Amino acid sequence: MIKAILIFNNHGKPRLIRFYQYFAEDMQQQIIRETFHLVSKRDDNVCNFLEGGSLIGGSDYKLIYRHYATLYFVFCVDSSESELGILDLIQVFVETLDKCFENVCELDLIFHMDKVHYILQEVVMGGMVLETNMNEIVAQVEVQNRMEKSEVSVQCQPVAELISG
Amino acid sequence: MALKIVKGSIDRMFDKNLQDLVRGIRNHKEDEAKYISTCIDEIKQELKQDNIAVKANAVCKLTYLQMLGYDVSWAAFNIVEVMSSSKFTYKRIGYLAASQCFHESTDVIMLTTNQIRKDLSSPNQYDTGVALTGLSCFVTPDLARDLANDIMTLMSHTKPYIRKKAVLIMYKVFLKYPESLRPAFPRLKEKLEDPDPGVQSAAVNVICELARRNPKNYLSLAPLFFKLMTSSTNNWVLIKIIKLFGALTPLEPRLGKKLIEPLTNLIHSTSAMSLLYECVNTVIAVLISLSSGMPNHSASIQLCVQKLRILIEDSDQNLKYLGLLAMSKILKTHPKSVQSHKDLILQCLDDKDESIRLRALDLLYGMVSKKNLMEIVKKLMLHVDKAEGTTYRDELLTKIIDICSQSNYQYITNFEWYISILVELTRLEGTRHGHLIASQMLDVAIRVKAIRAFAVAQMATLLDNAHLLTGNMQRNGICEVLYAAAWICGEFSEHLENPIQTLEAMLRPKVATLPGHIQAVYVQNAAKLFATVLKGQEGNTDSTAAQETSQLMIDRLPLFVQSANLEVQERASCILQLVKYIQKLQQKDVEVAEEVSALFAGELNPVAPKAQKKVPVPEGLDLDAWINEPPSESESEDEQPKAIFAKEEPKHSRPRHTEVDEKELARRREARKQEQANNPFYIKASPSSQKVYQDTPGVEHIPVVQIDLSVPLKVPGMPMSDQYVKLEEERRQKERAEKKKKEKKKRKEKRSGRGKKQDSGPESEEDITPAHMVDIVTEEMPENALPSDDDDKDPNDPHKALDIDLDKPLADSEKLPVRSHRAAESLKSPAEDGDVESAAIHAPKKKNGKEKREKKKDKDSDRKKSKEEKKKKKHKHEEKEEDLLGGQAEEPAVQSEETNEVAAPPTSTSAEEAPTVAAAEAAPVPKVASGTAPNSEPDEPKDTEMEETKSSKHKKKKQKKEKEEKEKKKKKKHHHHHHHSDGGGEESVQNGTVEDEEPLPPMSNYCLLAENSYIKMMMEDADQVCDIQGNLQDGSQVVVSVIFENKCDSFLKSMEFNVLDSLNSKLQRPEGSGPHDGLTVPFQLPPGVSNEARFVFTVQSIVMPQKLKGTLTFIVKNEDSSTHEKLDFKLHFTCTSYLITTPCYSDAFAKLLESGDLKGSSVRLEGVNMPFHHLLARICFHHHFSVVERIDSCASMYSRSIQGHHVCLLVKTSGQTVSIDAKCDEPTLLGNVLDEIKQTFSQC
Repeated sequence: MIKAILIFNNHGKPRLIRFYQYFAEDMQQQIIRETFHLVSKRDDNVCNFLEGGSLIGGSDYKLIYRHYATLYFVFCVDSSESELGILDLIQVFVETLDKCFENVCELDLIFHMDKVHYILQEVVMGGMVLETNMNEIVAQVEVQNRMEKSEVSVQCQPVAELISG
Repeated sequence: MALKIVKGSIDRMFDKNLQDLVRGIRNHKEDEAKYISTCIDEIKQELKQDNIAVKANAVCKLTYLQMLGYDVSWAAFNIVEVMSSSKFTYKRIGYLAASQCFHESTDVIMLTTNQIRKDLSSPNQYDTGVALTGLSCFVTPDLARDLANDIMTLMSHTKPYIRKKAVLIMYKVFLKYPESLRPAFPRLKEKLEDPDPGVQSAAVNVICELARRNPKNYLSLAPLFFKLMTSSTNNWVLIKIIKLFGALTPLEPRLGKKLIEPLTNLIHSTSAMSLLYECVNTVIAVLISLSSGMPNHSASIQLCVQKLRILIEDSDQNLKYLGLLAMSKILKTHPKSVQSHKDLILQCLDDKDESIRLRALDLLYGMVSKKNLMEIVKKLMLHVDKAEGTTYRDELLTKIIDICSQSNYQYITNFEWYISILVELTRLEGTRHGHLIASQMLDVAIRVKAIRAFAVAQMATLLDNAHLLTGNMQRNGICEVLYAAAWICGEFSEHLENPIQTLEAMLRPKVATLPGHIQAVYVQNAAKLFATVLKGQEGNTDSTAAQETSQLMIDRLPLFVQSANLEVQERASCILQLVKYIQKLQQKDVEVAEEVSALFAGELNPVAPKAQKKVPVPEGLDLDAWINEPPSESESEDEQPKAIFAKEEPKHSRPRHTEVDEKELARRREARKQEQANNPFYIKASPSSQKVYQDTPGVEHIPVVQIDLSVPLKVPGMPMSDQYVKLEEERRQKERAEKKKKEKKKRKEKRSGRGKKQDSGPESEEDITPAHMVDIVTEEMPENALPSDDDDKDPNDPHKALDIDLDKPLADSEKLPVRSHRAAESLKSPAEDGDVESAAIHAPKKKNGKEKREKKKDKDSDRKKSKEEKKKKKHKHEEKEEDLLGGQAEEPAVQSEETNEVAAPPTSTSAEEAPTVAAAEAAPVPKVASGTAPNSEPDEPKDTEMEETKSSKHKKKKQKKEKEEKEKKKKKKHHHHHHHSDGGGEESVQNGTVEDEEPLPPMSNYCLLAENSYIKMMMEDADQVCDIQGNLQDGSQVVVSVIFENKCDSFLKSMEFNVLDSLNSKLQRPEGSGPHDGLTVPFQLPPGVSNEARFVFTVQSIVMPQKLKGTLTFIVKNEDSSTHEKLDFKLHFTCTSYLITTPCYSDAFAKLLESGDLKGSSVRLEGVNMPFHHLLARICFHHHFSVVERIDSCASMYSRSIQGHHVCLLVKTSGQTVSIDAKCDEPTLLGNVLDEIKQTFSQC
């Protein structure tokens, strides 16, 4: 099981948080701070696994993270997940973001947090891995985006009519 | 109107959207909080508007603010509003927000049930998907219970996108509502073979997650997973399965043996590191489970270790880390294989990566030996000095202690060295593990007697330099060691060089700044020291010195008497008064030292931490029973906080004795001793055989004094452990040299040619003798201690509830609550009424059944003899017995039961309603009597058919096997009772012990379908499952569960189940097969085994009961031959089987009756001799009704057919007459249902 997925930047600013177990807001922030503290002091050439986060989980849980340019992608998982598998999954997730946003950068995540959530929802559901095939994920995301667009255009019609009339 | 829309839209154009909010926050870096609070005010305004678009926008912004740490739970209701929007865009926003901030205690969640149900059944798959995703994050036990059935239906959705989500979410549902696991499991299992790889992966995921917690329940799936493992190419699925096997192998070693080969192949062939790694891991698990027995598994171990070494040597830190992780697993069972890679692991200790160092540390635990312990610990001590983070340093500290103390200090050859290591560790700043060091010090000092003198000297130095430890408030954790130091100095004060100095150190004013529990120990042990000092001083005939000591005590103790800590205060004031009294005596020149030290006479033995728990409870003592009347709630006191060491006893405010009478003291002491002597649970001071102390010559070699002198020259109080390493080294070399000399004398070839300096050479463990023979006192355990304890399980683990046997056939009571999609009224009112009622009715059932079964077992053997004869008789009188039902109560228990069994009217019953035991009993009768009276009861066509088959085909065999048959029958009987102790239940009712609220007799809907000497088929009374979702696609379905039981000694295989389709009902066959093809039963049956299969029928009209003829063909395989056999049977679909238990509220029920669409009918039952609630439960259970309302001897009941007919009953009882008035919108159906009900009760 995945217990939490955190994305924050090099300064510890959260860009996306997704907890699969309930924590109150202040606890969530504390976990983010602690995780950032643990992760940020590690060099880029050390391993991507980390134990010792005291706030979340306990001994069975470990942090698996990847660092891309300005962003850290951190997954907190228990022992039922394969460490290397999760690393691959993070890669898949980031590549999916890259496809959906076309050259994703931190700004995309900042301004479109909701969309990132929707993409993540197609990858992980309720703490369990839903889909690992990138094409499938992208396809589902795109269909839903199209649905949203069609709904919005219907909504905007009256306004357009008014302006033209 | 149009204007309003326009206005709304224009408003919206001026609203901030998410992007604007983010931009705004970024532009207000200085006053972010202020800016956000104005934004929240705006959002609150937006949420008040009617326009859903505005609301959704506001909720979206809230989701962002939630991420920044703002509590947005106040908007929960608005989130629900947005969730219920019909537009996907808004719905998605709503569900996202809900998944981010809803949790179990969010009260609006209960408002969402119907909305979620609506979304789940939405024709748009993405609405369903969004609802499932959201629900997965905030599902509560209530939601899980109410929606379990809907989600289960979605597992068979046409779209794989929905299927995989539904499968995944089932895990969450199981966690919250464990009752759903058994009913949903068959379908979940099906999904393992779903054509869509995503769905398959999801199912594997869920089952792995379940199996990880309760592996034993999933062993039966192993063959299926094995198949998947060899066929799947999806690495993700493979990894999961392989991980699962890792959890299963410890339970089933045979599985492990099978796994080794395919796993080894995978290890050799795969290029994916993740898969390789998991394979290695599972192979390790297999090898651990097989740790003995397999001759060639050393090759596998070698392969694993080899592969792991490659991983560890890899430049990729991730692989290195994982390699070490897996290595530590091998270490536990095959330490030798790992020890050969010690170089590599020690190298990893120096790695720059902390995670890797930690993993290497774990491995060290198993690498130490007597020989290298000092060397390794020295290395670790260097790391301790270098370590920058406290977490890693604390980890090192605990590891050092772990390594040294493992298996009862097995590897420590020199305890002086260990004490100095402990003392060195006290120098660590800000460690959290002060108490760990302290308990080690205590443990060693108490258990290793030879070391006490040294330990006491070290502790005295520590006490003297206590200011070094306590100087900084941040070093609070470490001052725990003073607790140990003070206690050791006090308890073993006879070893102190200069007790008066230590006493002085313990009474310094600074001590008052220490934590209370430590001060308390200081005070108490100061008294012990005082006793020792007095003893020494009185011997000197210098009375002034002794008096000075008393004065010292009297001067210093008042400080502690003022302490805020009760424990300190109490002890100090006691001791102060005692010392004052002693002083008085001293002034009279009375010798008191003897008496004072008698206060602390006796030795403390180490007691195992679990000793108290292991004291067996004496027979007849019930610890949970109240001795006195329980106190009222208000009297309960808050529990006192516990100190780490000292148990603070509740303080009683009793008047202090200012003068303690010496005689009185002595008397009390005597009395206490007496009491202790009589108390078997008091650990006495008498020397036990365990702690016989051997004074060995080795002790003299240790230059204790020498080292003590060197210590103060460096850091005061800090001995240098390194010196011991050197000393030890020298000692060992000397020893070796001596040995060598001896060996040379003996001219032993083996050891010659070994250099003196070869200390890392192949020196075997036995060569190292400990510096002094230490006798490590084992911890004491009470007599008759219970050998094992299972207190390791966490009672709060949510997975505990999921420890459910999945192989048992599903009982009717376990079915998920089904909701109608038509009856909107019942949607509004959740099923509580009906559910609670029926749950209450069902609850006592199981227990009762169990008891019955046990009873029966006992009875069975007694009964057997007389039974044979009786049966013949009974059988002939069958029809008569039917009328004699009333009289049965007077018959003796055994007999009445028999009567019951046989009394069932076989023909008339539909397969389902016949009391199952009756049918089952009736069948074997001709078998026993086959020689004399075959086909004695031609009035039961079903049985006759079977019998004909049987008698024609198996007569010869039967006669031969008659004896065996009898035995088997006995066995089989157990089986019946197991599943359906219907007859047994009735016994209890009929035996006259009828009370008003008597527990319900067990009931079951399984009944005998057909049997012969090979196999028995039991059918569960048309397990009526019909999903509403399925309805939309392909009409009504009825699922029939059939239990197949192998009764012979041979293997049964290739079973095919076939039914002749009628116009109305058809067996559902897989696509592509013809209308007359049989269905292969998906399992084989070894002797004595039974299993359950389900068959789906499609039914057109449900108003009439119907019968279907069918055949089961199978192959009986013996060791030498195999024969093809056939068994005919008849499936009986009653109208009842088309009814679904559907809860209904009384208001909805009343509306239904008022509507006037229903046609009425009624029936009277005479001579029903059972409590009313039994009657209702029977109708509920056998006929799938639910109770709407019950008033005294009158109840209304409701059920619904799979095609949506409402069936309402009004049941009244007076005396032995029951009248049922019924209404239904389909009169034919109603008539048949009533007939069936009548039959049910005519049987009892």
